[in-house]
Amino acid sequence: MSAAQVRVPAQAKKGEVIEIKTRVTHDMETGLRKDEKGKAIPRLMLKSFVCKYNGTPVFEADFDTSVSANPMMTFFTVATESGKLEFTWTDDNGVQIKEEAAISVS
Amino acid sequence: MSRDKKTPGIGRREMLLASAALLAFSKVGGLSSPAQATPADVAEAVKKLAGNAAVKPGKVTLDLPEIAENGATVPLKVSVESPMSDKDHVKAIHIFAEGNPRPTVLSVKIGPRAGKAEFSIRIRLAQSQNVQAVAVMNDGQAFGAKKEVKVTAGGC
Repeated sequence: MSAAQVRVPAQAKKGEVIEIKTRVTHDMETGLRKDEKGKAIPRLMLKSFVCKYNGTPVFEADFDTSVSANPMMTFFTVATESGKLEFTWTDDNGVQIKEEAAISVS
Repeated sequence: MSRDKKTPGIGRREMLLASAALLAFSKVGGLSSPAQATPADVAEAVKKLAGNAAVKPGKVTLDLPEIAENGATVPLKVSVESPMSDKDHVKAIHIFAEGNPRPTVLSVKIGPRAGKAEFSIRIRLAQSQNVQAVAVMNDGQAFGAKKEVKVTAGGC
């Protein structure tokens, strides 16, 4: 099971602006919190996100500590051609969470 | 070489420790809540990310609840008036929270391929405060909007 879920329309007309919804399971630990013993919990955040449409980045984001846990995002892109949308989240340690979706454009 | 470089590093570390101590003192009685950004920090962050362009009002619409019961997850939506054409589009949108430990919330990079300069996300707000959105256009102009959110339970 992937930690990420994405919602992309399966079909679209060429030139149509489509809505994309993403959700990823992640604690987004800020490094500012302390555990019961008063010890700081180390920071582990998703640092960045990119959505590529047939290899071209169409939406990119850099996150800081004020982004909620399990980040949900909605954004838009123009349906240009049939193909694949790839979604990649990268955390502080360089670990990546990936998801993809196919779209058919007529 | 590396040793020479380390010498000023100690001074810097001491400075950091000293400023951390100062911050800790200024927060006496403030429970365990972390240090906060100030409007000046935000102004500086805006300046850095908006490339020194003066931020003008207009074009940007920032949607946030007036009262957020749970500061850990506050829905935010921002949209910018723009044709999103090759010649005229929004290049970046930055979100800032004046009362959070770190002023920058997130930065988004878009372009004509977005079709529409709009996105939604959920953010954390430590306390009642102003949230700002700044959009940078492809010609370097910057537009902004600000909204006050009252937070019932902080979420940082």
